[in-house]
Amino acid sequence: MSNKMHIKLNVNGKEEEFLAEPRELLIYTLRERLNITGPHIGCETSHCGACTVTIDGKSVKSCTMFAAQADGKSITTIEGLGGPDNLHPLQEAFKEHHGLQCGYCTPGMITRATKLLEENPNPTEEEIRFGMAGNICRCTGYQNIVKSIQAAAVEMNASKEAAE
Amino acid sequence: MIPAAFEYYRPQDMAGVLAILEEHGDDARVMAGGHSLIPMMKLRMAEVPHLIDLQDVGGLSDITVEASRIVIGAMVTQADIIDSAELTAAAPILREAALQIADPQVRYMGTVGGNVANGDPGNDMPGLMQCLDATFTLVGSDGERDVPARDFYEAAYMTARDDEEVLTAVSIPLPSGGYAYEKQKRKIGDYATAAASVQITQSGGTCTSAAIAMTNLSDTPIFSEAAGAALVGTALDDAAIKSSVAAMLNDIDPTEDNRGPIAFKKHVAGVILRRAIERAWSRA
Repeated sequence: MSNKMHIKLNVNGKEEEFLAEPRELLIYTLRERLNITGPHIGCETSHCGACTVTIDGKSVKSCTMFAAQADGKSITTIEGLGGPDNLHPLQEAFKEHHGLQCGYCTPGMITRATKLLEENPNPTEEEIRFGMAGNICRCTGYQNIVKSIQAAAVEMNASKEAAE
Repeated sequence: MIPAAFEYYRPQDMAGVLAILEEHGDDARVMAGGHSLIPMMKLRMAEVPHLIDLQDVGGLSDITVEASRIVIGAMVTQADIIDSAELTAAAPILREAALQIADPQVRYMGTVGGNVANGDPGNDMPGLMQCLDATFTLVGSDGERDVPARDFYEAAYMTARDDEEVLTAVSIPLPSGGYAYEKQKRKIGDYATAAASVQITQSGGTCTSAAIAMTNLSDTPIFSEAAGAALVGTALDDAAIKSSVAAMLNDIDPTEDNRGPIAFKKHVAGVILRRAIERAWSRA
């Protein structure tokens, strides 16, 4: 019953291949097998969103998907968005606008927010709150998270216009 | 929270799915988005020795709006429903309900087929499909059969689907008139404390038809024929709505749980149904 499967993933642009039991959840693959520790384990019950990653253009809670289901797919985690020397506009905005306190939910928040802004580049406050409803923060009260996403939207739209 | 070990299959067509189901019987389960099944497997409340992932089976992800009906493939996600302008024009109650299911991440993965086939009384689509008088298409090794949503649910997690059948599509007669899906929940992502689906038509200010179904107020969704009948022929005055609510309360059978005692659930059910009727009427 513990037949291992050959699984291939593209994580943040890098091809990964390994053998894993079918029951291995993707969050464990990322954190423990691949040492990609940006996605966090919060509730582990599909509620909190700390483990959010992007898979083939969808925001997904990686605690609720088996690595086997993701075989052949492309995954982006917070590490794939930007690093200390080249922060993503959302990372920059969360830093500028104090969009975090303890920081535990932040990788999931920012990863989800990239997809939200891709689908809706000019969201209202209400749309941000609704679109971020799958991510829970127990520190901030959300106000500065909303502000950070609004600021990032302005920044990203301005640099898009400048590029055109 | 690691599930018990299982064998994983990703067949490329329905014949492959049915062959595995036939071989393993109720030791095998099909999985669409997995957002109901995987949490249950992690809690070890569901034991699935043979897990069949449907993601590579083609032809299950289409939304087709025809002259008199809508056909939704089982693997269509809640996000697909929300994004389909054609579907929203044909049956806006589907989008209104889908937006109230879970949260954005879950809606990218959660499917219509999984939601209706799972048989969880907390799922929103079963009551909605009963309200719309939808039909579920089931395929097994003996071929296809159709079961009305109103006859599908037997008890919690018990449905008319045989262990060796797969639910492949939902067909909905094109609805007309006003609609509302109203849901009371404790927080985003929660199942309903009470939810109501209402589809209503009128002519010259008189109600000509009304379909009402309730969610998470019994061990199955409840299509309340009497609650709908109480509105037909009236001008939807306060007395008519009161009698519809009373008829609905007579049909539901809620149990006490962490969403509250029975009296509270009945109270919320009444409030929610009234809101749904009033909103549906304002759109009729």
